[in-house]
Amino acid sequence: MIKIKIIVCIKQVPGTTEIKINPETNTLIREGIETVINAFDTYAIEEGVRLKERLLSNPETKEEVEVIAITMGPHQSESILREAISLGVDRAVLLSDRAFAGADTWATALTLQNAIKKFDDWRLVILGKQTLDGDTGQVGPELAQMFNIPFVGYASNILEINRTRMIVKRLMDDRYETFEIKLPAAISVGKEINIPRVPSLRGKLKAKNEQIPVWNKGELGLEDEKIGLSGSYTQVVKIFIPKTIHEVKMITGGPDEQAEELYGKLKELSIL
Amino acid sequence: MHYFLTEEQQMIVDICRQIVNERIIPARAENDEKGIFPADIIKEIGQSDLFRLFIPEKYGGMGTGIFEVCLATEELSRGDLSVATTYAASGLGFIPILVMGSEEQKQKYLPALASGEKLAAFGLTESEAGSDASSIRTRAVKDGDSYILNGTKQWITNGGEAEIYTIFASTNPSRGARGISAFIVEKGTPGFEFGKKENKLGIRASATRELIFIDCRIPSENMLSSEGMGFITAMRTFDQSRPAVGAQAVGVAQAALEEAVNYSKIRHQFGQPISSFQAIQHMLADMATQIEAARALVYHAAKVTDSGEKNISKLSAMSKLFASDTAMKVTIDAIQILGGYGYMKEYPVEKMMRDAKITQIYEGTNQIQKNIIALELIKRGAL
Repeated sequence: MIKIKIIVCIKQVPGTTEIKINPETNTLIREGIETVINAFDTYAIEEGVRLKERLLSNPETKEEVEVIAITMGPHQSESILREAISLGVDRAVLLSDRAFAGADTWATALTLQNAIKKFDDWRLVILGKQTLDGDTGQVGPELAQMFNIPFVGYASNILEINRTRMIVKRLMDDRYETFEIKLPAAISVGKEINIPRVPSLRGKLKAKNEQIPVWNKGELGLEDEKIGLSGSYTQVVKIFIPKTIHEVKMITGGPDEQAEELYGKLKELSIL
Repeated sequence: MHYFLTEEQQMIVDICRQIVNERIIPARAENDEKGIFPADIIKEIGQSDLFRLFIPEKYGGMGTGIFEVCLATEELSRGDLSVATTYAASGLGFIPILVMGSEEQKQKYLPALASGEKLAAFGLTESEAGSDASSIRTRAVKDGDSYILNGTKQWITNGGEAEIYTIFASTNPSRGARGISAFIVEKGTPGFEFGKKENKLGIRASATRELIFIDCRIPSENMLSSEGMGFITAMRTFDQSRPAVGAQAVGVAQAALEEAVNYSKIRHQFGQPISSFQAIQHMLADMATQIEAARALVYHAAKVTDSGEKNISKLSAMSKLFASDTAMKVTIDAIQILGGYGYMKEYPVEKMMRDAKITQIYEGTNQIQKNIIALELIKRGAL
């Protein structure tokens, strides 16, 4: 019997909406900023756990489902893997190596691919539809491309799933689409798909004691030129926050004068 | 404030706080107004393992003490006493099985209650039998391998929502309290029906309903312990459960204090925040001090209960009495600090006051608590 493994790819991102950039190095200022699981990845975790629960309640697939969370990042990223375990993920693996630093979406997808390859019987990869820091939404499709497996982005409902196929509904700007796809496959999800649960006490206790393996480039069998900055086709040359200029002009006088002046100003600014 | 919690206890508090902030508070005003039973929130509480706390590991629980139950109950009550009441009432329903149930009964009923898949309820009160449990009129008459139940229970929390009911009925009316026996009754048993839903002052999102038994046949194996042990079962259950009612009161009082402190800092009168007036400051100081004292007493009662001490009735009653009186006073003062806004439904403190009142009434009125305390003092001395 095949054990079904569901892989959830997650990322640690700054837990703030006020992202600050160092103008000299063109990198995000991460010091002193709390890090959290990328918001869209929390839906990926929840969907992985729900699919497991759903498959377990099906007599055909009972006792053969495992949800595994992986992330690529520095050692501190271990905390989000523990959080994933507290939310119902069975185990987690951290992909960490200095050589992974500076990876673009392609090098990231390649690193994830080599990690996923190490699991037998994985049937589904679930990702958040994009990260809140990089914001590209490319890693999922790239990963599916590398594996040559189906990819459905923005999945909003998994209508059916078994060992070999699934039916997925997804939300587009102006319509819903429903696909039947063969497994293994990859999907990306957003907030439409579920409401993530609160961690359980047993999950938190398990997360606290769990040993989380760390896989480096050697364990993934990856050469230096394929990973990190050297394996990247793209590089961020400059990153900046657009300057906004605020100007306040007080309009005085009687109502008629004020209205006239306001009308003239709006006209001048091509707003009217 | 540091309460010297273990890592696991802090986890319980954190989980409850997340449920309160993300699930309970956003829904509480509407649930209160419309009397909606928060089934989704109760499911989430189950999923988070909170019903497992007090149940031993061999029955699917986590084997913690009453103290941990009090921590969870206090936090949930900070969000909405309706939710905490539903949570605690399931505990009240299954504690009789824990303290008096046979191994088979525990194996059969506790796992689904631990997971939160099923809720329990406690059926003692009747229209003519509240504080005076000995005047119960519900009868259980032995008939072969069964008992036939007839009677009506009133104001049963979780009525209709629970699957498992601990029902107290007289098997020998001539013996009064000593003639009461306890039975486990499952929802769906023929002859077991639900009566009217109560329209309440507070805890409006919790389910309170009549239970009606008409020739309801219960297998003898569903009796807890033996005939005549019902009253003792109820009293032992209350000894264990009362600190959690105290914890409910502490939680709702804490919530009202937080609202009052926050409001006093943003409400300006005479050109300054009302928190700068000594009249308000002293009210806040009294509220906070009383809550802290109530919390200390509740935690102490829970820890003494968990130590295995047998004579816990007095302390357990004290914690419920003091905390619930504190909650009533603090929630009324919170409304006073919020003034006209406090009286309006746009702010949550009027709900907290309505909710707090029940903690002085249920699981033994505060007058009954004083009877228990005084009786113990006279029986065992003041030490």
